[in-house]
Amino acid sequence: MPDAVQRLTAWAERRLPSLTRMRQREPMPIVLHRRRIYIVPTGFGLGFTVLLAVMLIGALNYANNAALLLTCLVGSVSAGSMLVAFRVLNGITVGGLRMGTARAGENVRVFLDIGASQRERMAVRLDVDGREHVVVVPAGGAATVEFDLPTEFRGWLPLPRMRLHSRWPLGMFRVWSWLNPDRAVLVYPRPEGMGPTPFEPQGDADRGRPRPGDELASLREYRAGDPRRLIAWKLSARHHSLLVKDLEQPAPQEDWRLDWDSMHGLDDESRISRLARWVDEARESGRRWSLRLPDGYFDVAQGDEHYHRCMTALALRP
Amino acid sequence: MTGFRPSLRARPSDEPRLAPRSFDLLCLTMAFVVGVHAPHLPWWLTAGLAVVLVARWQQRRRGGRHPPVWIKVPLIGLLLALIVSTYGTLFGREPGSAFAVGLLVLKLMESERLRDARVGVAFAAFALMSALLFDQSIVATLIVALGIVPAVMTLRSVEEVEPARMRLRVEVMPVLLALVVSIPLALFAFLFIPRLSSPLWGAPTIDRATTGLSDRMAPGDMAEVLTDDTPAMRVSFDGPVPIASSRYFRAFTMTRFDGQAWSPGFLRRDDSVLEGSARFHYRVTLEPTRERVLPMLDMPVTAPTDASMRSDRTALANQRLDKTYTYDATATGEYRLDATLDPQTRRANLQLPANVGPRARAQAAAWVAQFGGNPTAIAQAALAMFHDGGFRYTLAAAPLGRDRIDDFLFGTREGYCEHYSSTFTFLMRAAGIPARVVTGYQGGYWNALGHYLLIRRADAHAWTELWLEGRGWVRFDPTGAVRPERVTLGAAAAAAVGDGGDSFFNAAWWRSARDRWDVVNQWWNQAVNGFDSLRQQGLLQPFGIRRAEVGDLAIVLAIGCSLLVVVALGWALFQRREGDELDVWMRRLQRKLEKAGVTRRAGEGPKHFMARAARALPDHRNALERLSEVYSRSRYANDEPPPESVSEFSRAVKELRPRRVVK
Repeated sequence: MPDAVQRLTAWAERRLPSLTRMRQREPMPIVLHRRRIYIVPTGFGLGFTVLLAVMLIGALNYANNAALLLTCLVGSVSAGSMLVAFRVLNGITVGGLRMGTARAGENVRVFLDIGASQRERMAVRLDVDGREHVVVVPAGGAATVEFDLPTEFRGWLPLPRMRLHSRWPLGMFRVWSWLNPDRAVLVYPRPEGMGPTPFEPQGDADRGRPRPGDELASLREYRAGDPRRLIAWKLSARHHSLLVKDLEQPAPQEDWRLDWDSMHGLDDESRISRLARWVDEARESGRRWSLRLPDGYFDVAQGDEHYHRCMTALALRP
Repeated sequence: MTGFRPSLRARPSDEPRLAPRSFDLLCLTMAFVVGVHAPHLPWWLTAGLAVVLVARWQQRRRGGRHPPVWIKVPLIGLLLALIVSTYGTLFGREPGSAFAVGLLVLKLMESERLRDARVGVAFAAFALMSALLFDQSIVATLIVALGIVPAVMTLRSVEEVEPARMRLRVEVMPVLLALVVSIPLALFAFLFIPRLSSPLWGAPTIDRATTGLSDRMAPGDMAEVLTDDTPAMRVSFDGPVPIASSRYFRAFTMTRFDGQAWSPGFLRRDDSVLEGSARFHYRVTLEPTRERVLPMLDMPVTAPTDASMRSDRTALANQRLDKTYTYDATATGEYRLDATLDPQTRRANLQLPANVGPRARAQAAAWVAQFGGNPTAIAQAALAMFHDGGFRYTLAAAPLGRDRIDDFLFGTREGYCEHYSSTFTFLMRAAGIPARVVTGYQGGYWNALGHYLLIRRADAHAWTELWLEGRGWVRFDPTGAVRPERVTLGAAAAAAVGDGGDSFFNAAWWRSARDRWDVVNQWWNQAVNGFDSLRQQGLLQPFGIRRAEVGDLAIVLAIGCSLLVVVALGWALFQRREGDELDVWMRRLQRKLEKAGVTRRAGEGPKHFMARAARALPDHRNALERLSEVYSRSRYANDEPPPESVSEFSRAVKELRPRRVVK
C-alpha cells in the first residue's frame, strides 16, 4: 500500500474511531442503528457507475430516448440497492455469546447470535480474525455464527474486534459496522506435559488392591475352597457347572490434597501448570480433590462445577 | 478490489468458484442479450453464438472447468475475422454491436468466479442498451428492459449465501419489485437530464433509406411499398378535418421523364404564388425517413419551422430526419397556385422524351383535334378512357415492355397509381397541357380513439397536377377514375375489393385492437422518443419558466432526486418499534425517569426498576408504586393488555413529572 494511503487510513482511524476497528468496547447486546452503519461503493459499484456514465453519454449523444430511459432505470435500481444494503444491517442485534472452554494454546469455540426482529437479513458476513462467516438471519429469529479463537495465555481473552458487513443485494455497495464487545473468554492454564503425582499420605499396605466386599463384580467357575454362601444357586441351575459370585469392592481412592505450598523450588507459572495437570488428572480418574491456593481454599469435592471453579481460580492467578 | 478496508489484514486471496445457479443465470442474461440483438445480427453469427453459449453451459453443468486458451484465442480471432469480412470494419453501430455481443458470449467461456460474473453482467447491461440504437419502439424497449431482470438476478445470486436455496418466485419477485420501485426516480431523471442540443460525436450512419417514397418513380416500383403496413406518419388536426377523398399529402413533384422513370428535375428559384387562406391546421409526427422531405397536406400555405418551401410547394427539412420528427403546418382547401406560368417552367412541364409512346401521342393529338385545345375537356376524355376502357386496378401488375406508356395504355391495361399517373401525365403533356407527377400519401386511417389520421407506407400514392389557364395547378387523380375506392379506402383495400370480400384482417375487433395498439405507439413516439431538448425546455412552463436552461434543469433534477432519496431514506430508516401500546408508554416512562437520573439497566425487570426509581425519587413514590402495580396487572394478568388499564397507565405516565435529583 502506498504511503499516502496508509497515512490516510491511519488518520481516518484516529479521527473516526467508530468508523473503523478503533471503536470503543461496548456492552454486549449490540443493536446496529443508522449512526453506526457505514456505506461505501465497492470496486464493482464504482466500475458500474463509470459504465452507467458511458451509457448515459452514449444515449444522450445519439438522442436515443429509449436507451436513456433504460440507463436511468438501471441507475435507479443500483442506487436503490444502496438502501436495501443499509436495511440489511439496520436493526440487527448482536448478542447471546456462548463459549466453550479451552486451555491456553488450544482453540476456544465461540458461538455468537446475530438476531433480527422484523425482516430476513440476507448474506450477513462476520469477519473475525481474518476469516469470514456468512449467515442468513431469519426474520424474528437469530442465526448463530460459530468460530474458533486461538489462545496463547491463561486468563481473560478479550473478544477480538469483529466486523459485520454485507454486500447484499447487488454487490455494488458495502455496508459495515465494527463490533467491539466488552466480553472476554476465560482461558484455563496450560497443564504441564509430565511430572510427579501429588504427595499422598501412605496408609495400610493393601490400599488400592481389591478386597472382598458386598458388591457383585462378576461370576466365575467354582473353584475348590470357595465358601458355599458365594455360590449363585439360581444361576447355576441353568448351567452345567456351579457359578460363584465374585464379590469385590475397589479400594476407595485417597483424596488428593493439592496445595500451592507443597511444591518447593518452582516459580508461580510452573506451580499453576502443575496444579492444572493434577486437577485434570484427578477429574479424569474420578477421585476427589481439594485445592489450596495462597488466597483461597477449595474443599474436597468432585464434579464439573468444582473443576471449573478450581481452574478459574488457577487461570486468574496473578 | 472489494472496497474500503480499514484493517491492514490481507483480504482472502482466492474468490470462490461461481455456484451453478449463478452461472445458469449468467447464461440466461447472455442469451437475452444475444436475443435482443438477433434482429440485426447476421443469422449465422446469432446461431454460432447460441451454439457456443449452450455448449459452454452444458460443459460447466457437467463440472468442466473453463476451456483452455488454445480454444478461446482462435475463437476470438475467428469472431474478429468474420465481423471484419462481413462489415468491412470493426467500428460503427452494426459491427460494433456484433463484436460486443460476440465478446460477451466468449467472456462466458472463461467465467468461473464471482468477479467474472460481475464484469459479465455490467457488460451485458451495456450491450442491452446498445440494442436500443437499432429499434426504439415500445415493444423493443420493453423487451430490452426485461433483460435487466436476469442481470439483476445474477448479481443477487452471487451474493446469496446458499444459491441452491433460491426458488424462482423468491428470486424474481424482489427484482421486479425493485424495478417497479425504481421507476419514479428513473422517470424523473429521464425528464430532467439535460439533453445535448448537438451530438458530441458522429451520429450513427444509416445507409438504407426506409421511406416509402423516393424521389424517383417508375411504374411498377412501388408495389412493395403499397403492401407495407408500417406507419409512416400520424396527423392530428387542430380544427376541421379534410374529408377522406381530399387527404392528399404531397412529398415530391416530378417533371423530368426519361421514358422509364420520373424524377424531380427543374425547379424555378423564386417562390410560387399561392392564393388562398389557411383552413386546416395540423400536426404531423413523421417516422424516421432518413430523408429531408416533409409530406404536406395539399395545399401547404407556409413551410413549417426548420424547413423550407420549394417553388413546387414541397417542403424540405433543414436536416435529415433520422428520428421521429414532429411539425406543425397549415393547408388550404381552396387555392390558386401559380396563376401565371413562366416560359421556362412551362417548357419543363411539357418535356417528353423522343421515341416514346407514339400511339399515346397520336391519341393525344386526336383529343386536341376533337376538343379544340380545351384542357379540361381533354383531361376528362383521358379519365373517361381509364374508366371505361377496360383498365383494371391491381397491385400485381403485369410487367411492362420497353415502351412503358404504349404498353400500358394499349397492352396490359392493369396497374396501380404509378401506372395511371405516369400515363395520364404523359398524355396531357402530349396534348400540350403542362403537367407533372406528384407523389406522396393519400388517404390514411382515421383512428377515432386517438383522434388522428394514421398514414401507413401502404398509403403512398402518385397523382398528377395539370396547369390550367387561369386556375394554376389543379390536382387530377387518374387512379380514382379507375378505382374510386383507392381514394377512399386505400391501396390494399382497393386491390382487395372484388377479389373476395371481408378478410380476417378487416374484422371489427381486429381493427379496434389495432387502433388501440397504434394509439399506444403514437403515445410512445410523442412522449418518449419525441422528447427532445426543445420539448424539455418547455417542461418548466407551468412554473413560469418559458425556456428552461441547462442550469435550471440541473437544479430541478438535483432537488427532485433529493426529494425522492429522502422518501426512500425514510423507507429505509423506518423501523417498526417492537411491542404494543403498553411498551410504548413504558419506553416513555423510561425516558422520563432517565432524565430524572434513574436509568433502567439492561436485564432489569419492570418491578425492580420502578422500586429503585421510587427509592431514588421519594417525592413520586406513590405514583411510581401505582405505575408498577398497573403495569404488572396489565402485562401479566392477561394475554393482551386490556385497553382500559393501558389508558390508565398512559395517564399516570403523562402526569408524572419527576424533577432531577441532586446527588
